[in-house]
Amino acid sequence: MSALTFTLKAEPQQRVDCSPLTPDRLAGKSAAEIAAIELHSGNRRLRVDRLFDIGGQDAGRIVFNNGNEKLDFIGAHLQGGSITVHGDVGAYLGFQARQADITVVGNAGAYAASGLGGGMIRIDGNAGDFLAAAIPGERRGMKGGVVIVTGDAGDRAGDQMRRGIVLIEGNAGAYCASRMLAGTIGVLGSVGDYVGYGMRRGTLLLFHNPKLHATLQDCGSHTLPFLSLMFKSFRGLPTRFAEISQNRVRRHAGDLANDGKGEILVFS
Amino acid sequence: MIVNGVSIDDTFAEAFGMRGTRVLITAQNHRWARIAAASMTGFATSVIACGVEAGIECELEPHETPDGRPGVSVLLFAMGSGVLTKQLETRMGQCILTCPTTAAFSGIDDGYPEITRIPLSKNLRFFGDGFQISKQFNGRRYWRVPVMDGEFLCEETTGMIRAVGGGNFLILAESQPQALAACEAAIVAMQKVPNVIMPFPGGVVRSGSKVGSRYKTLTASTNDAFCPTLKGITASELSPEIESVMEIVIDGLTTDDINRAMRAGILAACELGAANGIRRISAGNYGGKLGQFHFKLREIMA
Repeated sequence: MSALTFTLKAEPQQRVDCSPLTPDRLAGKSAAEIAAIELHSGNRRLRVDRLFDIGGQDAGRIVFNNGNEKLDFIGAHLQGGSITVHGDVGAYLGFQARQADITVVGNAGAYAASGLGGGMIRIDGNAGDFLAAAIPGERRGMKGGVVIVTGDAGDRAGDQMRRGIVLIEGNAGAYCASRMLAGTIGVLGSVGDYVGYGMRRGTLLLFHNPKLHATLQDCGSHTLPFLSLMFKSFRGLPTRFAEISQNRVRRHAGDLANDGKGEILVFS
Repeated sequence: MIVNGVSIDDTFAEAFGMRGTRVLITAQNHRWARIAAASMTGFATSVIACGVEAGIECELEPHETPDGRPGVSVLLFAMGSGVLTKQLETRMGQCILTCPTTAAFSGIDDGYPEITRIPLSKNLRFFGDGFQISKQFNGRRYWRVPVMDGEFLCEETTGMIRAVGGGNFLILAESQPQALAACEAAIVAMQKVPNVIMPFPGGVVRSGSKVGSRYKTLTASTNDAFCPTLKGITASELSPEIESVMEIVIDGLTTDDINRAMRAGILAACELGAANGIRRISAGNYGGKLGQFHFKLREIMA
């Protein structure tokens, strides 16, 4: 069976909540039933077949073509199956997905991977602000799994992140790893101001010297054995991080204004 | 049954159900991994007084270890899960945590029907006094405990399984040096068998025991039937030409592992043969009533 395909007919006028279009919610539904599903868009409800041309049958594999930055909540609450998007996606990609297998060939909007619990989200492009962060009112961001961004990430990447791994191959914006609770973030490019602001625990891996504020303290250069183990676990991942094998770092600990158990490891 | 002039007794080794676990220890080099493992498996010859029976299973090359450093694989066996857990914890804490450059990882993760996870660094981490850091990779949790030489890295748990302890055989020879030479040859051969350890000093035990004693407080005492100096005054098992008997005890993860190790060891001992004073191979048992497992020598050597 070929993958169930949604091809966007034209850019929608309002943002569209695509959360009903996931493998677990479409399993066992006929083509007519899928076409009749109504998606929230602004103050209106739009039938799926009004927005998309629908093709294929296998709801376990869903493909979006002509992706658009107004398509929000793609793969939200996903529990199994895979989603591939050709083109951009809007906000909340993979929002609170329990077991994600999402690939976006394009850019993602804000709050991608927010509340992600497991699995993998790969964004072959840029991610917006609040990557893997908690939405306002939530106390924890991403809770597990792996997020790969081949381009840049916006501000506040990993804000209140609780567990899991975020690998950014490009640059990250300001307040990267702010209020981070635990987990691992890697950034191959540069990071903006106030990196690790309010960071409580967790590890931030950097490959360029960041500008550090006063409550992040230098702990000296070290060879850390866990890094070999970590990079070994990255080996199979579709990212440039898979080729790295270094365990010599400059360790900065903080944010001392918020418990100070976090660390920023800078590879030399 | 006679192999190279050595007669194999029609008897069996009596073994017991135990709990077993494996820990992989890595270090900067093999020398320090061995030091850590030797320390951890020290005073672990017999559960009678040591709590656990432990030994080094094999050395691991860097590509075989989780962190890509040289390592050593250690097996530990005890009569119950509580003792094993406690012994693992104290030995990890006093011998591995303390040893420079070491890291420790789970050695049993799959391949056995019933695996129970027991703490490796789960409690040890509190040595970090709040500075310990947890990291999860591929669904496995590791603890990083800051120590004076850098960081002690250790997996949170390791696997414990139902295992077998007390497989054994006796080598009966015409002299003490000849008995020891046969044991040394047997141990070299048996160390190549995976999933087993020979917990006694150098793998060899000279003080085989029987159940009971004429003293009320002792539950075990010397196996006088196999003591060469008592040939004339006890119901001896020994013929006139036997002057020395030594035993090799084997703990293994499964009965098959013990079978393989016993066969390898007996073959190596028999290779020296009657020409080198090796006369007989026997085994220790308690009449077959105490242990769940019987390893029949002639079946193993068939």
